[in-house]
Amino acid sequence: MGATSLLILTLAAVVFSAGGILVSKIFVKATHNPRKGEPYECGIPTVGRTWMQLQVGYYLFALIFLIFDVELVFLYPWATVVKEIGWMAFVDILIFFFILFLGFLYAHKKGALKWM
Amino acid sequence: MISLESLNRALQHWLQSTLGDPWAYLVMCVLVGLAAITLFAVLGLALVYMERKVAALMQIRMGPNRVGPKGIFQTSADTLKLVMKEGLTPDGADKFLFNFAPFLVMIAAMLVLAPIAFARNFQIWDLNIGVLYVAAVSSIAVIGILMAGWSSNNKYSLLGAMRSAAQIVSYELSAGLAILSIVVLAGSLRISDIIASQADGWWIIKGHVPALIAFVIFLIAVTAETNRAPFDLAEAESELTAGFHTEYSGMKFALFFLAEYINIFIGCAIGATLFFGGWMPFHIGHWEAFNRVMDYIPSSLWFLGKTLFLIFLIMWFRWTFPRLRVDQLLNLEWKYLLPISMINLLFITLMAILGWHL
Repeated sequence: MGATSLLILTLAAVVFSAGGILVSKIFVKATHNPRKGEPYECGIPTVGRTWMQLQVGYYLFALIFLIFDVELVFLYPWATVVKEIGWMAFVDILIFFFILFLGFLYAHKKGALKWM
Repeated sequence: MISLESLNRALQHWLQSTLGDPWAYLVMCVLVGLAAITLFAVLGLALVYMERKVAALMQIRMGPNRVGPKGIFQTSADTLKLVMKEGLTPDGADKFLFNFAPFLVMIAAMLVLAPIAFARNFQIWDLNIGVLYVAAVSSIAVIGILMAGWSSNNKYSLLGAMRSAAQIVSYELSAGLAILSIVVLAGSLRISDIIASQADGWWIIKGHVPALIAFVIFLIAVTAETNRAPFDLAEAESELTAGFHTEYSGMKFALFFLAEYINIFIGCAIGATLFFGGWMPFHIGHWEAFNRVMDYIPSSLWFLGKTLFLIFLIMWFRWTFPRLRVDQLLNLEWKYLLPISMINLLFITLMAILGWHL
């Protein structure tokens, strides 16, 4: 089918979602009152701003993820040719993993992997 | 013999002979889109029904049994109810992002369908980097989830979205390494090549223990990536009400819900393709007679059976394991699964180079 299939599938997803929402818009008689527009908090109004700073742990994990994900992207082309290259590929990946492992140890030592 | 492959070929031939070149292609495009939409709708209904029936089975009760024979129309009735509900947008929400997020999640779920092989030679697009494509596109959903949580202007939603994103992003790594171990064995990223390499036995059998370890890691990662119990603390009801889709109601909520089930299906389909040969029937080496007998079962049934089996396993997990805490979850990934899967990848590489796999 080729790359057009991506366009078709995107269109299909949009048509499906928009169709569902439109159908429900047609059948539902929408009413509005101020109570309905409030955020859901089990009856108690929200205290303070919602768009606030979050715990730094999430960002640390995101950073480490970035490093490992790029590493993973490097591994994809390597994985397809391991069988052709043979032992050289194995030595390469050992060196690569060793360097990565050092970085991992550093992150671990610094406490980046600990949830506070 | 009637198979999806021959149906597809006959349809294309008929369109080509009656409509001519550009129109036949156009009609084919529309048909593919309609088929994808139908698959989505049917899968959503069937998987929710299956989830409830499996839950009932685990807890020795009946499950849905009122609407239709054995309750099979229960989920259709539920969908109808959701359509009839008003889709609220909270006053404080970021309106554009709030309404855009379900679309993004659905588009991500739909796009991953492209390289999946449903039956012999029955695939929307046989991409030469199929596996990489799946890994890349399925992570778009994280953006949709973060968008939904952030734009809702609700603390529960934001916390749920952050947890969900941290979890999906972390477990993507070990899922990726598990996928890579099969790519090393098969030597190709193309889905059809990976399936063809399992013509004399599935990788989970041919790959000995390392492939089994990779499969277990992949299954855990899929469970975590789809935010299912025991890793469902993104929507832990007792603490976060419903996670990132707390503020969503009506059809938009249904879209998130649907995308979640579609993602489970896709994860299990990829697992079945990599480790259990996709549509490839159960073959043993050069036992020609046995292999021929197995070929009589249609390839689409093999694919569906394996995928549903994996989905059943994931539903089983939900009723077996208690929910993890967020620090336990991240420890499990970063201190156990990631190092194990990296070492496992080294073992698999050794195996591939020495030719120890069968």
